[in-house]
Amino acid sequence: MNLLMLLPVFVVIGVLYFLRVNLLVWALAWWLGCYFLITHLLKIPAPVSVVKIYMSFISLGIAAFVISDRGRWESFKKPLLRLANEKKFMPLLILLVLAGPSLAAFKVYHSMSQPIEAPSFGRTIHPAPPDEITFKGKQIDLVKSRNPFRELEVKDPEAFKQHVESGRKIYFQNCFYCHGDALNGKGMFVHGLNPLPTNFTDPGTIPMLQESFLFWRIAKGGPGLPEEGGPWMSAMPAWENFLEEDQIWDVILFLYDHTGRKPRAAEAEHG
Amino acid sequence: MMQWFAGGQRCLRVVSTLTALILFNALLGNFALADTGPDVAYRAFPLVGSRVAVWVAAQLHLLFAAFVLAVPLFALIIEFIGYKTGDKRYDKLAYEFVKLLSVSFSFTASFGAALTFLLIILYPKFTTYLMYVFKPTFAPYVILLFLEGIFLYSYYYGWGKFKPKTHLFLGLGLNLVGTSIMLIANAWLTFMTSPGGITESGELISTWAAVKNYTWMPINIHRIIANVCFGGSVAAAYAAFKFLQAKTDEERAHYDWMGYIGNFVAIIAFLPLPFAGYWLAKEIYAFNQTLGVTMMGGAFSWLFIIQAVMIGNLFLSANFYLWLGMGRVEGGEKYQRYVKYLVVVIVTCILIWATPRSLISTAKEMQLMGGAFHPMLGYLGVMSAKNTAVNILILSTFLSFLFYRRCGKEATVSWAKLGNLAQALIMATAACIVLFFGIYGYFVEAAVRIKFSVPQVLSVLTAMISVSAIDYFLFRGARTKPIRWGNMPIISQYTLFFLAVTFTWLMGLMGYVRSGLRLHWHVYGIMPDTSPDAFTPTLGFATQVVSVTVLIFFCFISFIFWLASLSGKQNFDGSTAEH
Ligand code: HEC
Repeated sequence: MNLLMLLPVFVVIGVLYFLRVNLLVWALAWWLGCYFLITHLLKIPAPVSVVKIYMSFISLGIAAFVISDRGRWESFKKPLLRLANEKKFMPLLILLVLAGPSLAAFKVYHSMSQPIEAPSFGRTIHPAPPDEITFKGKQIDLVKSRNPFRELEVKDPEAFKQHVESGRKIYFQNCFYCHGDALNGKGMFVHGLNPLPTNFTDPGTIPMLQESFLFWRIAKGGPGLPEEGGPWMSAMPAWENFLEEDQIWDVILFLYDHTGRKPRAAEAEHG
Repeated sequence: MMQWFAGGQRCLRVVSTLTALILFNALLGNFALADTGPDVAYRAFPLVGSRVAVWVAAQLHLLFAAFVLAVPLFALIIEFIGYKTGDKRYDKLAYEFVKLLSVSFSFTASFGAALTFLLIILYPKFTTYLMYVFKPTFAPYVILLFLEGIFLYSYYYGWGKFKPKTHLFLGLGLNLVGTSIMLIANAWLTFMTSPGGITESGELISTWAAVKNYTWMPINIHRIIANVCFGGSVAAAYAAFKFLQAKTDEERAHYDWMGYIGNFVAIIAFLPLPFAGYWLAKEIYAFNQTLGVTMMGGAFSWLFIIQAVMIGNLFLSANFYLWLGMGRVEGGEKYQRYVKYLVVVIVTCILIWATPRSLISTAKEMQLMGGAFHPMLGYLGVMSAKNTAVNILILSTFLSFLFYRRCGKEATVSWAKLGNLAQALIMATAACIVLFFGIYGYFVEAAVRIKFSVPQVLSVLTAMISVSAIDYFLFRGARTKPIRWGNMPIISQYTLFFLAVTFTWLMGLMGYVRSGLRLHWHVYGIMPDTSPDAFTPTLGFATQVVSVTVLIFFCFISFIFWLASLSGKQNFDGSTAEH
């Protein structure tokens, strides 16, 4: 967060307050102020799609405020009516009328002179898993299967530790190149990858998923993703070719253990 | 004109009876079909394809059915208020709502018949299977439909002709029958998403278990609430239509009031809707993780972003309507100064509510963010933030309403100051509890976090109930300035239209999510869809179908509005109509 960016906004608000400007100026100031903050407050800028959603609601909010009271509506309109009707504002009016098309022209010029970028696609990060997969010739039911070692956590903590330890080895032999040594998705290969490797410390990833979902993703990798996981192929390898079933369950234990998260619980059975 | 109108009504009644009969025969015919077994699984519908044909017919049937179920619900309540208070205005209002019903009932039956035919013709194998599982439910369904007709028409034509209690009883019967019909129909469609009561190969074990499958109850509750919400908003749109047509101040005053009540009903029903939605989503997850992920994480998750944006619009316009309403009362300006704070809170909550979890972004933006999740905005995308935002939104909308109610009122009770203070404290405490759990939610694991939504909702509900109770006593015998009904700018009426269209559109959209979720299954995991339409359409196409359906619905409903407005017109020979 660039909190310093709040400063110019507060200064402008102070000045406007001191000058006792009318509602029209306030409305414009609020709009521009919000826009400025949304685009500058965050260190890593928000995507344009989000800025658009935000600004449309802010515009609606300001409009609702202005219109919802007769007094406010009148005082908002007054300067506009004066601008349109009074002789002395003629030059300003002409300027404004000319400004419209010039702005549009500028916008066209600006967007044409941007470097060309790959179009954005709404990639589905967690597409629906199949109900069943074949792992080395064996049928695995993803709906019903659970991590066979999960129960050791309470029953036999020592054995559980060993499984986590084995998972750690597997992780650092295979996964950290991409997913990073801190499990944060910042491995050394990431610069060349799109989509980026998953950041397991993000609460929006593994805690939202059941272990069988991870099993599927690790076993089948990028090639096993359904179409909506596209449009680009994920570099995530299909580990069924390199790891055993138990090893995959182990590395899953490690992912949760190391990040201190819990898998999404299978919902309680119904009566 | 009037004779023509009466003739038209008679004609419609004949048509509706006929369609009901045809429906009955079609259903009977199907029992026979089920025994012989049809030899084709699918037939094609010209031009738009089978899926779109069934989709549109089902959606239109549902919209009219929702309207026919919802209106009696609140008409009855309004009639009851009229009966209790002895205020004739309420009785008249309830009747005006009910006037919209009879033609809608015929349309519901017609679309229902169209849907049944289309299903039998286009999806014979699947329809036969549903008939096989639900055979015992059809006879009660048809009988209930007849009862619905009997209750509805005697409730409508018997207005003012029966003793009040008898008439209220008819209304109650109408509601009970209508709801039962919906419960049966819900069993069929929820079975398709979360089948129960059958073996893995689809053999029937128990019809009752098939009826009470995982998503049946959540859908029942969700639909009843949503129906009221939708019915209220469409009735408000009718009032807006009449307001804009009105020639005298008296008429304007009446329809302004009617629009206000319709909107009030819609908003009250709207407030608990997000929670009913959560419950439904939870049951879908519980039934099958794949379905849950398809819905919330997969292709359908984008539709929830559209939904969030629309719900944001609904909240903002509902508040906007209330703020405009302050202008109805002399001295209402006093509360206008709070509006700016409300705007800030409401818009902030909407922004949080509408922040997607994984953002639509260009490759460059993704590189900067290190994935599809933004490191800061990502915090706004999760459940804790959403729950908090929606609870605060509900509280602020309630606050707008409280301010509106206070306009032009001055409490005369001795404890007025204390009462106000208590109300403010309760509201503030509720807001703090919501915020506390919202923030705390980030520091605990998912299983605990999900449970936090309960104290959040409960504190909001408790606050709303206790503050309303205090309000009631606080303003008993208060000095009041009259409400100048009809003294509303035109834009308020367009807001009512907007609300009705948005509610309808949302119903269409979320209905598509519920149904499309099954992907290439007729009955999830049991009966695959092998027709050419089995793919999931693009979001753009789906929203277009929804929009066209909504447009068709409003064409039909405008016709109903027009018919209903005829009854107030003079007869062509100059005498006045009796209704
Ligand atoms: C060549 C780089 C690479 C390696 C090595 C790699 N991954 Fe991945 N992984 C990715 C990418 C890229 C993604 C994100 C795209 C996707 O979902 O397929 C991903 C996604 C995942 C996901 C899905 C997470 C989610 O939220 O859906 C899991 C689980 C995962 N990886 C586990 C592993 C494990 C365990 C290993 C080691 C055995 C491993 N990965 C090794 C590149 C890699």
